Amino acid sequence: MSDTSPLLMIDGVGKRFPGVVALDNVSFTVGRGEVHGLLGENGAGKSTLLKIISGAQMPDAGTISWDGRPVAIDTPQIAQALGIVTIYQEFNLVPTLSVAENIFIGREPLRFGAFVDWPRLEREAREITRRIGLEIDPRALVSELSVAEQQMVEIARALSVNLRLIIMDEPTSALSETEVTRLFGIVRALKADGVSVMFVTHRLEEAVAICDRFTILRDGRLAASRDAEGLGIPQIIELMVGRAASELYRRPQRRHGSGAVRLSIRGFRTGDRAGRARGTLLRGIDLDVRAGEILGIAGLVGAGRTELARAMFGADPIVADRIEIDGNPVDLRSPRDAIRLGIGLVPEDRKQQALFLQQAIRANFSIAALDRFVGFATFVDEAAEAAELDRFRRMMNVRMTGPEQKISNLSGGNQQKIVLARWLALDPKILIVDEPTRGIDIAAKAEVHEILDELAGRGIAIIAISSELPEVMAIADRIVTMREGALTGEVAPEEATQERLMALMTLNAKRDETIEGRIA
Amino acid sequence: MTKAQPMTNTGNRRRGPIFWSIVSRFAPLIFLLVLMAVFAILEPRFLDPTNLFNVMRQISITGLIALGMTFVILTAGIDLSVGSMLALAGMVAAAVAKGSTGNTLSLGEDDAVGYGWFAAMSAAIGVGVLCGLIQGLGITRLKVPPFVVTLGGLSAYRGLTLWFSGGGPISGFEAPYRWWGQGMVGPVPVPVILFLGCAAVCHIVLRHTRYGRRVYAVGGNPEAARLSGLSVDRILLSVYVIVGFFAGLAGFVLSARLNSSEAVAGIGYELTVIASVVIGGTSLFGGQGSIMGTVVGATLIGVLVNGLVLNNVSSYIQQVIIGLIIISAVAFDRYVKTRQVR
Repeated sequence: MSDTSPLLMIDGVGKRFPGVVALDNVSFTVGRGEVHGLLGENGAGKSTLLKIISGAQMPDAGTISWDGRPVAIDTPQIAQALGIVTIYQEFNLVPTLSVAENIFIGREPLRFGAFVDWPRLEREAREITRRIGLEIDPRALVSELSVAEQQMVEIARALSVNLRLIIMDEPTSALSETEVTRLFGIVRALKADGVSVMFVTHRLEEAVAICDRFTILRDGRLAASRDAEGLGIPQIIELMVGRAASELYRRPQRRHGSGAVRLSIRGFRTGDRAGRARGTLLRGIDLDVRAGEILGIAGLVGAGRTELARAMFGADPIVADRIEIDGNPVDLRSPRDAIRLGIGLVPEDRKQQALFLQQAIRANFSIAALDRFVGFATFVDEAAEAAELDRFRRMMNVRMTGPEQKISNLSGGNQQKIVLARWLALDPKILIVDEPTRGIDIAAKAEVHEILDELAGRGIAIIAISSELPEVMAIADRIVTMREGALTGEVAPEEATQERLMALMTLNAKRDETIEGRIA
Repeated sequence: MTKAQPMTNTGNRRRGPIFWSIVSRFAPLIFLLVLMAVFAILEPRFLDPTNLFNVMRQISITGLIALGMTFVILTAGIDLSVGSMLALAGMVAAAVAKGSTGNTLSLGEDDAVGYGWFAAMSAAIGVGVLCGLIQGLGITRLKVPPFVVTLGGLSAYRGLTLWFSGGGPISGFEAPYRWWGQGMVGPVPVPVILFLGCAAVCHIVLRHTRYGRRVYAVGGNPEAARLSGLSVDRILLSVYVIVGFFAGLAGFVLSARLNSSEAVAGIGYELTVIASVVIGGTSLFGGQGSIMGTVVGATLIGVLVNGLVLNNVSSYIQQVIIGLIIISAVAFDRYVKTRQVR
């Protein structure tokens, strides 16, 4: 117990993906019985680092030492043998099996070497769940448990093996305040038993409350790794954001004036019945978007940005007190309604939600606007369709060989331009773009930004969602921040700094003023 | 994985894909032509025009249904009930033609007044459409998987047929009725004209109309289709109605050809029909495929059966060979597709 040598030592670890350096020369140590916070913005490299430590991915460079000896964690099985257990945000439980079965999955106690010893399985499961204060029947099905209880089952499973280091990825994001308190109780108990805990979170207050030491990543590099003592939230934010990032994007000189309120929503929230299955609950959102403005929505993963975008497009069932377009109350229950009302959505996940990968560019382009291209009977006027596609190809500088080319053969940036063209062919009043430049290269990013700027200049109301703060700051005329399904603030782009936005995105509303005061 | 693609590889790959994408596009056709060449060498009678029209007539019944099945499989669905729908539709058509519902043994030729071939054909198609509509509603409203709904239909429609007919056949139709199954226009059998004509219409609908584009979109990516404002359920419903239409029409044609409607007609047809579509290169995962492919696929099965019969292969062994050829045709198609750059 009194051993002060580090349990885990990461030395010069790097990982590249095609076109991206995910991790570059990252070094830090995790001590025995230490609660170690791993922090960073979206895309800073936290997930990659977790995957490397848990054996899901192999590093390209650097060494990892465990208990003072270099190890190669090539597979999750090796990690488990070392005593490393990772609890991901998406739990690794089998919902149709019982709590006890999930805890001992693959390691069920057997009788005569073949038959599951059910009484023993239940007895041992009960002992473990009691240890962490989980009062549920081990025979209960996991699908019937709450999210917090499922997390406890994951922890119980970790405890049932030889546990040395437990890694928790955003463990509190789905928990209520009391549940967080209970989780932290368990974390402290683990620590007292000499187990190390690695804790990834976006909630800085919680991180500061529980962690002994912090490692902060920025753009795949180590920004800092030091003891929690003397490290306050403002310093952490500064380390997460860095200074150089704001130089990445240049704001266009010319800004367009915005017009009258185009879209007005009041009391947007996830209904009681719907939406439970996926995503963050929206908790009453009021928002106005003006013609000709780009409204940026900033928030961390899980803040409810995408849920808001989909709700504004009628893609998920929601409840609203009032929705008005150009001052007229409207009915918005489906994407069909939204399109009829002149709303377009460029979704977050291009491949899953926007593209028809087996089809040609032509079919991908015109699918939403087919009515416009229908000539005699219900025949598609293919000449008109191709001419319109060509117009957008020139306007947006799409690099393609022809309308019959398969869309899957285009680069991400060109695919995104076709998705934009799909909506522009409908001449929309409101365009919602969710992560418009995700997975596309820097040059194409700038082009997409210019296109959005030009569209706003034509009077389209644009709602732009991005997890990259510099991007939001570069393109938006107005920025609102979200956290946990609610709006937490509004900032004019002139006044926006990454520190200020990050504070609004990560802190409890009640603490906003004090923190902001400290930063300013 | 990324390490396995050094720069030198891209040069070799660049020439390949064009060749393979052409081969891929015509893979089923190539397979068919090779098969025909083999049979022509083994048995020159195979290439006799009479024999070839005979092959086409044999496939026209399942071919008609395969046209409808192509729409269904393009949406990543399946319809197992087509054989039962065909039997029910054929039986109803016969009853309408004869003006009686039942047991032919008790009826003389003139006991009842029939309604003619047009009424019979319309009734058959109406029955098919209704059967398809019911299944489509089950799939879209009750959210029961197509496999299960149509498995139920397979049983229920067969039961209805047996109940309606009392188990026996209804036979002996007037000449205009029989013409649809037995007639010829010049050297070409009427069912073949019907099949190829319907194939042409389906091809145009799928390739050149708004509806066709939507079928491919819903099959390729239902979520993206929904977010593009399509009524996914309405499209899904429509494809089951279409396959019902063709099962009904095929039921009428089969009854005309045999001059009899049998309660046990069409048992096992779903396998031949699905095989025709899949051999034709239509993906069971939806969004990819064509009517041309289905016509080739249906022909391939017909050629295979005919060629084996001409070569005096035992009918038991025929079934074994057909099974193996179905698998190899699809394996060939898959192999060729993986050769293309995605």
